[in-house]
Amino acid sequence: MKILINQKEMATDAAHLAALAEELGLPATGVAAAVAGKMVPRTAWADTPLYEGCPVTIIRAACGG
Amino acid sequence: MERYDRQVRLDEIGPAGQQKLRAASVLVVGVGGLGSPISLYLAGAGVGRIGLVDDDVVSIHNLHRQVLYGEDQVGQSKARCAAERLGRLNSEVQVEPHAMRLTEENAEALIGRYDLVVDGCDNYDTRYLIDRTCGKLGKPYVYGAICGFTGQVSVFHYGPNPLAYADLYPEPPSVAPDRRVIGPTPGITGAVEAHEAIKVICGFGDVLARRLWMFDLRTMHSEVVAW
Repeated sequence: MKILINQKEMATDAAHLAALAEELGLPATGVAAAVAGKMVPRTAWADTPLYEGCPVTIIRAACGG
Repeated sequence: MERYDRQVRLDEIGPAGQQKLRAASVLVVGVGGLGSPISLYLAGAGVGRIGLVDDDVVSIHNLHRQVLYGEDQVGQSKARCAAERLGRLNSEVQVEPHAMRLTEENAEALIGRYDLVVDGCDNYDTRYLIDRTCGKLGKPYVYGAICGFTGQVSVFHYGPNPLAYADLYPEPPSVAPDRRVIGPTPGITGAVEAHEAIKVICGFGDVLARRLWMFDLRTMHSEVVAW
């Protein structure tokens, strides 16, 4: 299916957010994610299903100033 | 009041808002790429007392983004140079330079002297320290951070059911920090942080509490996500 990651279209077989994180190779810490504009705690990623056209936002920790 | 005429004419500010700004005190932690626009806009707006914490000195590779400083100040204390610059911008503002690092030992005493903290720092340890201390003291924490072409802003420890920085990132990433950055990234991020501080002080608009604003200047993707 196709989903949107930070407003860019991407094809994925990931059924839920945790599988998508694995597919994208996201690090184990310092990353937050939102689905349809709503933040999802990492502990709930495996329980957050993805769907066709699902808008996902990946937020990476930044430390610069 | 002529100095503030253009902002006092805004319904959201008005004479009452200007008085709130005058009565307010803000601690800016870090006066580099973020702290430059943060402190310039807060001083310009007439925030009565501004503390500046930074133990660093001006370097030539700071000047592409740290708009407070000039070539003649390379090697000098950022906190002191910034205080001098802000004093020239607005002599009505009391500027307090703290040429030191924010540490576990001094954080409560320093932060306790101000109404809120605005984040201009450049590392995770200081952000978690600000977060813990603001949580303990019940002070709003205007968070901002940048990397490359991307920036993010939120307001923690503020409003109903407040969140902490540690709710956004329970742990820092394990990879080494990426120091690459283009000048406008902290310019935009710091300006938004300054404005969130003004909103908190004056009490108007929808503060970025329980929400995070992020942008990428390469794509102009910009989004607010909510908890």
